[in-house]
Amino acid sequence: MALLRCRGLRKEFAGNIVLDRLDLTVAEHQVVALIGASGSGKSTLLRCVNLLEELDDGTIELDGEDISDPRVDPDRVRRRIGMVFQAYNLFPHLSVLENITLAPRRVHRRARAEAEAQARELLDRVGLGAKADAYPDRLSGGQQQRVAIVRALANSPRLMLLDEVTSALDPELVGEVLAMIRDLKADGMTMVLATHEMGFARDVADEVCFLDAGRVVESGPPEQVLGEPTQPRTRQFLRRIIEAGRL
Amino acid sequence: MTLLEHTPSPAQLRRSAYRRRQTVYSVLVAASSTAALGTLLVVAVTGAPGWDRVRRSFLDPEIAVDALPAVLSGLWLNVRLLVCCAAGALLLGLVIAVLRTLRGPIFFPVRALAASYTYTFRGLPLIIVLYLLTLGVPGLRLQGTPPVLVLGGLALVLTYGGYLAEVFRAGIESVHPSQLAAARSLGLTYRQTMRHVVLPQAVRRVAPPLLNDVVALQKDVGLVSLAGPIDAVRAAQIATAQSFNYTPYVVAGVLFVLLAIPLIAVTDWVTLRAARRQSGG
Repeated sequence: MALLRCRGLRKEFAGNIVLDRLDLTVAEHQVVALIGASGSGKSTLLRCVNLLEELDDGTIELDGEDISDPRVDPDRVRRRIGMVFQAYNLFPHLSVLENITLAPRRVHRRARAEAEAQARELLDRVGLGAKADAYPDRLSGGQQQRVAIVRALANSPRLMLLDEVTSALDPELVGEVLAMIRDLKADGMTMVLATHEMGFARDVADEVCFLDAGRVVESGPPEQVLGEPTQPRTRQFLRRIIEAGRL
Repeated sequence: MTLLEHTPSPAQLRRSAYRRRQTVYSVLVAASSTAALGTLLVVAVTGAPGWDRVRRSFLDPEIAVDALPAVLSGLWLNVRLLVCCAAGALLLGLVIAVLRTLRGPIFFPVRALAASYTYTFRGLPLIIVLYLLTLGVPGLRLQGTPPVLVLGGLALVLTYGGYLAEVFRAGIESVHPSQLAAARSLGLTYRQTMRHVVLPQAVRRVAPPLLNDVVALQKDVGLVSLAGPIDAVRAAQIATAQSFNYTPYVVAGVLFVLLAIPLIAVTDWVTLRAARRQSGG
C-alpha cells in the first residue's frame, strides 16, 4: 500500500514554476531517491510534503489521508514525518541530548527520563553516545548530521525526508552519514531522499526519480534510470555528472 | 621533556630580542604621553582664574562628608527603583515583542495595540510620561491610587518597555528561518517553537544591548525626584540649598558612576562572551 501519494503537485515562487504537475508514489518500506540538477524542485517537493510550503495545486496523501487539505492540522501531520536538512539545523543553544528529546518531551509528552533513555540508546547505536552532553558547535559536520537524523528518528516517524543531507559535508565525513541511512533502510524505514550522491542512490534506493523543471521525467529501478536512461534529459544530466567525476 | 626542547635559531633569537626592545619602547612612549597630557590638564584647570572659587563651591571635602549620608540614603531609593523598574521593563518589553510576532487574524488587535505602544512610548519624552502619570493620575482622585513613587516607576517601565520591546523583536527576527523550519518539522507548535527554540536564542543574542538600556535606565531613575520622592539627586539638591554649595551634586554624581561600573562591567563581559560565541569559540 502506498504510504505517500502525491498527485499533480504544483508550486510557484513569484511566477517561477518549481513543481509542475508532479506525481510521486512511495510504498511502505520503500526508499526513493530524487535526483536532478539544482533548482529542479527536489527540496521544494520535500518541503511541500512536510507542509513547510503551501501547495498551489495537487494533493498529497499520507497513509490515505489528504494532508494537503487546509483543514488538516499541520503539526499533527509533521509528527509522523521526520525531516533532515542540508545544513543540519540543530538548535545551537541546546545540547545534543536536549536537541533529541525536545520533540518527544514537548510534542509527544513523554517523561524526561524515558525520552533521555531512548535518546541515549539511539546515540549509542550510531556511536555518538559520548557526545550526548556536548553542544552542536563542538561536533564535526558529519556528527551534527547524524545527531539531526537521530533527532528526527526520536519521533518514531512513519516517513523520513532527507534533503541533500551530505551536501554540506567534507568528503571524508560523507561516508558515516550514508552508512547510517543504509542502516535505516535495513530497519525498514520509508525514506524519500534528495541527493547528489549518484553512487549512493544506486546503492540504497529502490527507486530513482529524475526531476527536471519540476516534473518527474524518468523513474524506475536505479540500474535502469542511472544505467540505461530512456529520456534524453536524463542522459544529458548523467553525462554531466560523469564528466564531473561524481558517478 | 627532552623531546619538547627546542633550540631557537639565531634568526629567531634576533627576532625575539627586537620584539622585546619594541615592547619596552612602546611602554615608555605610552607612559610619557599620558604624563604629558595629565600635566597639561591639571595645569589648565588649576591655573584657571576662577579655580579657587570653583574648588570651594564644588569640591569642598567637609560639605561632601556632611552631605554623604543623605545622598546615600537617597541612592538606596534609586537602587530599589532601578531593580523593580528594570525587571518590569524587561518583562513588558518581552511580552510586547512576542505579541507583535503573533500571527493569525484573531490577533490583529493585539498586534496593532502592541505596535502602537512601541511607537507612542519611544516617541514620548520620559519627562512628559512622568508628569502625566504622577500629576495627572492622582488628579483623578480615584480610590486606591498608588503612591507617587509607584506611578513614577510605572512611567519608567512604560517608556523603557517600548525600547526593550524593539530590542527583543530584533533578536527574535535574527533567529534564522531554518531554525523555525527544523522546529516545526519536529511537530512543535508555533508557541512551543517560540518558547523552546526562538526566544532562548534571541535573548542570548540581544543580552548586550538589553543591559546597555538598563545602564541608561539607571540614570533616568533619578528623574522620579521631579515628582517628589527624595532620591540621590533630590537629596543633593536639598543639601545644596542648605549650604549654598554644589559639592553634594558632585557627591551624587560620583556615587552614580560607582553604581554604574558593575553593571557596565557585566554588560562588557556579556558582550565579549557573545562575540566569542559568534566566532565559533
